[in-house]
Order: sequence, then structure tokens, then C-alpha cells
Amino acid sequence: MFLSFFYYLRSVGLDVSLQEWLTLCEALNEGLAGANFMRFYQLCRAILLKSEADFDKFDRAFVEYFRDLADLSGEIPESLMNWLNDPKETPDNYSEEYARLNELLTPEEIEQMLKERIAEQDSEHNGGNYWVGTGGMSAFGNAGNASQGIRVGGKSLYRRALRVAGERKYRDFTKDQALDLRQFQMALRHLRQYSARTDEEKTELNAEKTADATAENAGTLDLVYERPRRNTVKVVMMMDSGGSMEYYSRLCSTLFQAVSKSNRFKDLKIYYFHNCIYQYLYTTPYCSYRNSIPLEQVLKTLPRDYKLIMVGDAEMAPYELMSKNYPSANGRRGLDYLLQVRDHFSNSVWLNPSLGTGYWETPQTYLTIQKEFDMYYLTVENLVKAMKKLIAGR
Amino acid sequence: MGKTKETFQGSSGYVASPELLSAVNIAMTLEKPLLLKGEPGTGKTMLAQSVADSLNAKLFIWNIKSTTKAQDGLYVYDVVQRLYDSQFGGKNVDNIEQYVHLGQVGEAFESEERCILLIDEIDKADLEFPNDLLWELDQMEFTIPQTGRVVKANHRPVIIITSNAEKELPDAFLRRCIFHYIDFPDEDLMRRIIAVHYPDLERNLLDQAIAAFYWVRSLPSIQKKPSTSELIDWIRALTYSGIPYKKIMEEIPFAGVLLKKNEDLDQLEKAKGRRRF
Repeated sequence: MFLSFFYYLRSVGLDVSLQEWLTLCEALNEGLAGANFMRFYQLCRAILLKSEADFDKFDRAFVEYFRDLADLSGEIPESLMNWLNDPKETPDNYSEEYARLNELLTPEEIEQMLKERIAEQDSEHNGGNYWVGTGGMSAFGNAGNASQGIRVGGKSLYRRALRVAGERKYRDFTKDQALDLRQFQMALRHLRQYSARTDEEKTELNAEKTADATAENAGTLDLVYERPRRNTVKVVMMMDSGGSMEYYSRLCSTLFQAVSKSNRFKDLKIYYFHNCIYQYLYTTPYCSYRNSIPLEQVLKTLPRDYKLIMVGDAEMAPYELMSKNYPSANGRRGLDYLLQVRDHFSNSVWLNPSLGTGYWETPQTYLTIQKEFDMYYLTVENLVKAMKKLIAGR
Repeated sequence: MGKTKETFQGSSGYVASPELLSAVNIAMTLEKPLLLKGEPGTGKTMLAQSVADSLNAKLFIWNIKSTTKAQDGLYVYDVVQRLYDSQFGGKNVDNIEQYVHLGQVGEAFESEERCILLIDEIDKADLEFPNDLLWELDQMEFTIPQTGRVVKANHRPVIIITSNAEKELPDAFLRRCIFHYIDFPDEDLMRRIIAVHYPDLERNLLDQAIAAFYWVRSLPSIQKKPSTSELIDWIRALTYSGIPYKKIMEEIPFAGVLLKKNEDLDQLEKAKGRRRF
């Protein structure tokens, strides 16, 4: 029965390995869980999970798997909190009298009542003010109106561990992300050009040169130090944060994090644009006038040896790319701006989170931009290719 | 199992949640490294000191920087010193042993008694760093090629690793760890933590300070939320200044202790104007 929990966790997408499972078994052998369900829950979480992002998924799976077990044992939790101390007053069956009565009860009394009530109750109950159910005025149940009381989740009464798991405190961390940040970071490592021509301290001992220098110095020790070799690649990244990019925001933010956290580049500049580049770039994804910066100024401050990474889906209305009369285009086509940026830098690639195959046929702008840029569909594998391309040059 | 089991129950200077205590004890029983993550200022580093105090064991701290290499923690071979000594004499340079200095991990292995090893902020180092330590942390031994000496742990140290999640850690490394995420303390736990630091704090001042603190944390526009250590500093500032407690919630004095960014301080001023009592 127990092994099936392992497969259940894997089936819900938790990457639990055999090694971790054996560790858990060892822990249970050592008696770390004791006979305590709460400690068993903590034990599972500490050993099987490696990221707070998985806590929510695990909590859900745990509740799902062990709910029936809790049903069978039918035990009352040792301590119950008042979950309903923040009542949402719905007018339909709210009663002043019941509210007052309920407030007179202590948590212990409520717990006692619940025990008796559960013994009495034999059917589902919604509404009303006595039975355990939903939407009612009794001191127990889900989504009720009582100002204090015990929430009874679903049909069963959770034991303590299940209740904690049922709270799903870690919902914020869930990310369900297909592409892993680390994979991206590893791919970005291909973007490197080592050089000792930096302005750092000379800290690395060169044994060979030291031997030569010492020999020339008639055997008196002469140490030769050199500057450590560092990555000298400078990167400028321009990201589309336009409306159609919302769809890929998770993928792009992973890429963004991988790039910005890698801190392996000598310099990294990140700008944003909306659909297409015109007179201004933006320093935040919100693309508002307040954080705008003229394109001319950006190009003036960035020398040619910066590597340009464009990120965007290349999907927009045709006139945004091809019309000279678009309001922010100032008499030039959007495509002209894109080409100006491309030609300013010696090396450039375009990373596209979209394959261009949407609900309709491939957008015209996608094809146009694909002709002008080295465009890569954003996967880990292609990212490696793109980075190699950036280093090798066009 | 004839092993003597010691358990960690928290110490007088450190208040830990029951979940954290159980995670520490799981890691100690299974003899696996404990990986701690959590918001800055939730006492990740302090935990190691507290475990060391309560077990009465020696604590070795290895602070990781972006340039730290895995080998630095094991041993350093000071070849330059040896060259100098060979030049100027005075020492027997044939004895390589004296030029090999053990790092924190090496020291912890060699320790006569069971000790605590803290690897602090492992995410600061290079991406490959944790992988380079896998064998040493698994087998609890390493070899120094220059001397052929094998450094083997006499007693498996209790290893505590902290991470601020600046980088993702490799899977192979994670699988060997016990993981715990330190939640931000809720009000009850926070009161216990403060009681440890200021045993006789005025009740009114504490109430006001905590209410103000959680209110500031709840503001959505604040970018860097104040943490426990900032609250503790703030309370110290409040007690020294002798500001009447009624003004704490109203004015939030010394907000610079809680918030470190100019933008956040501006946001706080705005929020103070908007709120109602």
C-alpha cells in the first residue's frame, strides 16, 4: 500500500527519486515518524521535496491520498483552530440569535459538539444551522456564517496533518514550469569568450613562467603572476513585453532570470519594447513614458561588440512593422528600426517563444522578421545553438 | 540500533518552529545534510549556532563567495610559501604536510568530536560548485594528492547548508539533502522570538511595534519586506528613543531601520496618508 504512494506522487508530477524514497523508508525504520501522522507528513515533506515550489502540489497529493485513511480512523483532531473568525456575511440565512449563541461557545465546547454531531449525522447537509455541512449557520462546516467554529473540509474531518496540508499555504510558490531555469543557465554558458585582458589584480601563479624567470634570475625565486581569465562577453537583451507576449510570460521570465542571474557576462543591459522597436526603448517591462530612453542614446552608449539578443514573438499588426505613418514611428517603418538595431551590433540572434503557428496562419510579420534575423524557437537545445551562433558571428 | 540519539530542542537564544526542529532531527538521525531556504532574515545562519550550542559541539562556518571553489573548503596547498622557504631556508621543505592547510570541511572531518559544519549561502558560488562536493559529503572523506593523505571524518559532522535561492541547485545534490523552507514567523512565534531578545519589554510597546511591523509587511507596494532581524533592530531603536508607544503605529518612527530602499520609504509615506484607523 505504501509503495503506491510513491507512484502516486510521481504521477502527479512530483519528481521523487528512488534514492529519496529509500531515505524515507530508512527514516521510518529509525522511528522518526513515531505513530504520529503530523510527523509523518513533515518527514515526507523534508525528505521527498527539494523546493518550496513543490509544497503546494505535495499538499494536494497528500490530502488526496490519505483522505480515505482519515475517514476510516474517524479521529477528532487534537487541537482545532477557529477557521471561521472572518465571517463573510451572506444575507440569506444569517441570524443574530445564532450568531450570539455561537459566540458564547468555547473551542472545546464546539469540538465536543462536533464529535456528537458527527455521530448523529448520517447524510449530507447544506444550509441550516445544526448539522455539519456547507453554507449554514452551525458552528461547523464549510463556507458557513457562524462567527466562530470548525471548518469541516469536504466530507471527511481532516486529522491534523491533513488539515495543515489542506491549507495549501504554499500556493504562491507553485510554478509548473516546463523549462527549468538551470537548463537555461547551462545553455547560456556557451556564451563565453575568455580573456586575460581585464583590469583585475594579478592573482594566478604561472608555474611555467615562474620557472623560466627564476632560471634567468640565477636561481633566485622570481614569481610570475597573471590575471585570471574572465568572460569578456557583453550582452544586450531586448525583450518584447507586448500584449501577445503575455502568453509566454512564464517562459520569458525564466529566460530573463537565467540571463540576469548568470552574472557571467562582463556587462548585461536589458531593455524592453512593445511589439516593435521605434524611437524609444524602455527600462522596465511596463513600457511607460516615465521609464523610456531614446533608441539613439542606447545605441550611442553601447559599442558594436555587445551581443544582441532579441526576445519576442514577432507577431503584431502588419502596419506596426511596415507602415511609415504609425504614430510612434516618426516617418520610418518599424522594420527599419529593427534593422538599424541589428546592424549596429556585430552579432545578433532573435529568440522566439512562439513557433508562429497559431490559430490562424503564420503572421506576415513573423515571416518578415524571420527573413531578417537569425530566429530560434526558444527551447533549451535551440538556446545552445543560438548562443554558439552569437559567439561565432554571422 | 545501539546509537545514542541526541535531539535538538531549540535553545534559549533561538526560537524554532516545531517543523524546523523536526527537520533538524531528521537530518541528524539520517546523517544527511540539511538544506535551509527561506526569506532573508528568518534566521537560517543562526540555526547552526543554536544547534552547536545545544549539542555543545564545535561549529565550523564556511562562508561561500562567488569565487569560492569546492576545493577551498577541503584543503589549500600553499605552493608559494614552499617555494619561498626553499629559497631562504630555515624550514624543511621536504615536509609537504606543513604547506597543506585544511579548509573548514577538512577541519570538521578531522575534529575529534562530532561537530557542526555550516556551509553558508551555497547559492553564491558557481553553478557546478555543489556537484563538486557530492563525493566528499557522501563519503565523508577526501585525499590530498600532494601528500597522499586521506582525510576521513572521525564522526560524521552535522551539516547545515543555507541558500537564498539566487541560483538553482543541481538535482543530484538536492537528492542527498533534507530540505526545509523556513516560513516567515507568524505573530505568536514572532512574540516568542522577541521575548528571547528583549525579555522585559513593555507589553504596550511590543503590541504596537508588532502591529506596525506586520502592517508595513502587508503593504503590497513595498519591494523589500522587513524581516525579523530588522524588527529586532527597530525595537531596540524604539526603546532607546523612549517614544511613547501610542505614536508608534501613528508615525512609524525610524522607518529607515525597517526599510532599506528609498522607494519603499516613499511608498510607506504614501500608505500612511491613505490608511484609516
